[in-house]
Amino acid sequence: AAPAQQHVCPAAPPERGRLAPWVPVVGLEIHAQISSNSKLFSGSQVQFAAPPNSLVSFFDASLPGTLPVLNRRCVEAAVMTGLALNCSINKKSLFDRKHYFYADLPAGYQITQQRVPIAVNGSLSYSLCIDNKMSQMVTKTVRIKQIQLEQDSGKSLHDDTRSQTLVDLNRAGVGLMEVVMEPDMCCGEEAAAAVRELQLILQTLGSSQAVMAEGQLRVDANVSVHHPGEPYGVRTEVKNINSMRFLAKAIDYEIQRQIEELENGGTILNETRAFDSKLGCTVPMRDKEGQQDYRFMPEPNLPPLILYDAKSLPANMNHQQVINIDWIHERLPDLPSVKRKKLVEQYGILPEHSFTLLNEDGLAEFFESVVKQTQMKPKKVIGWILKDLLSYLKQHSLTVKESPVSSFLLADLLNLLEKKEISSTAAKQVLAELWKGEGKTPLEIVKEQKLELLQDQKELEQICQAVMAIKAGNPKVLNKLIGLVQKKTQGRSNPVLVKQLLEKKLSG
Amino acid sequence: MVPRGVAARWRRAATAPGKGQGSLGGREEAAAGRESHAACLSPAGQPLGILDGIPIAVKDNFNTAGIETTCASNMLKGYISPYNATVVQKLLDQGAVLLGKTNLDEFAMGSGSTDGVFGPVRNPWSYSKQYKEKSVPKSHSEDKESNWVITGGSSGGSAAAVSSFTCFAALGSDTGGSTRNPAAHCGVVGLKPTYGLISRHGLIPLVNSMDVPGILTRCVDDAAVLLGSLAGHDPKDSTTIQDDFKPFELPNLTDVSKLSIGIPKEYHAPGLSSEILALWSKAADLFRKAGAKVVEVSLPHTRYSIVCYHVLCTAEVASNMARFDGLEYGHRSDMKDSTESMYAATRREGFNDVVRGRILSGNYFLLKQNYEKYFVKAQKVRRLIANDFVKVFRSGVDILLTPTTLSDAAPYTEFIQEDNRTRSAQDDILTQAANMAGLPAINVPTALSERGLPVGLQFIGRSFQEKQLLTVAKWFEKQVQFPMIQLEEVKKHDSDVFHHQKSASLS
Repeated sequence: AAPAQQHVCPAAPPERGRLAPWVPVVGLEIHAQISSNSKLFSGSQVQFAAPPNSLVSFFDASLPGTLPVLNRRCVEAAVMTGLALNCSINKKSLFDRKHYFYADLPAGYQITQQRVPIAVNGSLSYSLCIDNKMSQMVTKTVRIKQIQLEQDSGKSLHDDTRSQTLVDLNRAGVGLMEVVMEPDMCCGEEAAAAVRELQLILQTLGSSQAVMAEGQLRVDANVSVHHPGEPYGVRTEVKNINSMRFLAKAIDYEIQRQIEELENGGTILNETRAFDSKLGCTVPMRDKEGQQDYRFMPEPNLPPLILYDAKSLPANMNHQQVINIDWIHERLPDLPSVKRKKLVEQYGILPEHSFTLLNEDGLAEFFESVVKQTQMKPKKVIGWILKDLLSYLKQHSLTVKESPVSSFLLADLLNLLEKKEISSTAAKQVLAELWKGEGKTPLEIVKEQKLELLQDQKELEQICQAVMAIKAGNPKVLNKLIGLVQKKTQGRSNPVLVKQLLEKKLSG
Repeated sequence: MVPRGVAARWRRAATAPGKGQGSLGGREEAAAGRESHAACLSPAGQPLGILDGIPIAVKDNFNTAGIETTCASNMLKGYISPYNATVVQKLLDQGAVLLGKTNLDEFAMGSGSTDGVFGPVRNPWSYSKQYKEKSVPKSHSEDKESNWVITGGSSGGSAAAVSSFTCFAALGSDTGGSTRNPAAHCGVVGLKPTYGLISRHGLIPLVNSMDVPGILTRCVDDAAVLLGSLAGHDPKDSTTIQDDFKPFELPNLTDVSKLSIGIPKEYHAPGLSSEILALWSKAADLFRKAGAKVVEVSLPHTRYSIVCYHVLCTAEVASNMARFDGLEYGHRSDMKDSTESMYAATRREGFNDVVRGRILSGNYFLLKQNYEKYFVKAQKVRRLIANDFVKVFRSGVDILLTPTTLSDAAPYTEFIQEDNRTRSAQDDILTQAANMAGLPAINVPTALSERGLPVGLQFIGRSFQEKQLLTVAKWFEKQVQFPMIQLEEVKKHDSDVFHHQKSASLS
């Protein structure tokens, strides 16, 4: 299949201009931890950072004789996600065992869906900006090959000093959705944007909290390069990417590495490489050498997973016992793409704006809340949100929730501006003061700092006349101006300086 | 009958020294505890349940909370299970007394109960008057004990326990015949229920897609009682059917004229002893004379069931045994060089040759390049085997009648001349297909052989039609009047406890 429309990718231009251009190809395997109370096949709790081995049932520890029992909520999460990604939901899907020996895999196999997964053939649209200026956004699509349900493994910590491995099985058996994205992406930026959009979708659905830092969203990238018109090159798998930031970096590094390797006459091995965030490069992973044969076998303890829709649902079936795809579809919340459109339509803001609004957790709600509380037009409010508020938040590494300036306060401030009681310069000053979070209202700050707009008509007339007189060549008016400035500043200004300033301003 | 008294008598018989190796010692404390518990809770004579006070033995591949569960393997020696298998819990809930855990082939792999780490199980019939009378010692100096016979397997300990009156009933497991085979050799009733009827939660698996808990009792009525206590959906086992199960009492069938008995010609297998062939024929005549319709039928794919089983069983074994790595429970080797070397040493030390052999075979069949050729092919053959039965049952046949084993029990010294794999392949031939198809099947002790050892015949029924199967089996049992075992020790004590009629046997 032809790769998606190319935008200018950093890796594409040929090195040193002597060889044919390279087409990088990036596919992703994303593991999203399902947000559920208990694990995929057992009743033990799902919780981050619990004391080691405190959330392990007999089944999780692979005690002999224990059997898997499928968690309904996990299936619903996978169906929701499949629907949100425009997939076909397989009404019959199967479970398989994938065998390998590792300390964090107690049973010696993982239960997954290799033959027939729960959802297939979907797509994900995502946007990215050209030129990093947020001025032009382009929409891309990546095909979703499939979504499968599978078990997470436990965690092993290697203690080299004591030559031992510590195993924590809390995570063993937690439900995962593996989302496989076809190699339709061409660089780290596209991959990061696609993953970001997936993350937002998952969070909107509630099917996964998708916080990368807590291991709820893990991404492996498949990377290869080839010349246009030639077959795809050998691909490597890049693992151990722990944040969105590193995702783009790792992929771009690997693309570069492959290009350099090939241009120097080398070959690419079909291997797994780990991203070393300290060094900013990918390194071969020692313990995954050689081809692994996972000896897939059907999971004999789980019958096929049968899902229904309105048409196929048997009449006398107990509602509790079955999952109705149509019922779930009807109850899907608005996805980010829909929300963005609605914001644009409702408030007349630009697509880039709504993109940023949704990109920051809680910012869209904040914006809407401000709009409700102010007379200022949304088109103007958006500037304050995206430029002023957001930059403050970023500077201080705060989330919207942690903002010392509430939507109420900001709306209050914007109302003052809208009513022309202060200038926009003054408003920025007030905002800076509000940011300190001392509990003062905008009006209080305005009064305190005497930032009221000069509204007095008479005063202004005098100033204007004076300016015109000076322009007409009457220097005596200069003194009058100095006087007015003194009055305005309540005698605090330096008259010599003021005179110099006025002369400068009036001459040019 | 006062439960306490019964249990006391049973325990005396069970702890009679020497013979058996049937029960794995040390469980008496548990039994005593339960029995006094039973007595305490029924001061006014109110039974806890239908099995109140009844001593029952459990094969040692069922998890029993607080009690060692070994599967007769070094891998699980000393492993104290933290939970009860569902079937064990159900028995206890009905007031049963867990008398002990019984010996088996290691991890239920075998047809002789000779390959467990605690040693082989001896068939109680080896010490019966009937066998001793018929056996001719080769010389005076010959050790009297050397010609003891095997129980069959792999649930040999359970069969021996029931056969020797150490308990009223026992749980076994049946994957290729492991309940019916020893039942036949030990002269007891052995029921393999339909796959999905009884929960496997807590049964340490051999082949998940074929295993069932098996029931061993002295008579068919008792099997029905046990079945009633055990069958039904278990939310912990996703392969149990959802339908409600209603326990039943067996009617006393008098009129078999509406019955159609099928005699599958392929079960006249190579190696079938002439004795058993004759017995089978006599049984068919019995039904015919009583007015039933007896027809020859064909299950053409029967001969493939052993190779098919070999592929599917070893594949599942390789998978199921992967969890035994010494990390979480069970035996752990002292090898510390690396995790991999620890795994390898643990598994070499923990498993016997039979288990290791099956793991290696299974992994071979599951390799990517072999999967289609072997595993998938075997699955397809399995479907054909199952369809054979479907066709026959659809043609109007109600029950199939076949031999259970090729011959009576072999002497231990003779049995071990061939390896486990060879013996299993030979001995499973008549029982394995029912596991392939998931059908219910039962061994009914029929008569004594020329050597004075039990021979049984097998009935195979339709899926979930246990009531019909057991009803026919009960009728047959009544006709044949299988003789009671005459054990010297028991006879000395309380023979009056046992109300079994002595009548002419079928031979």
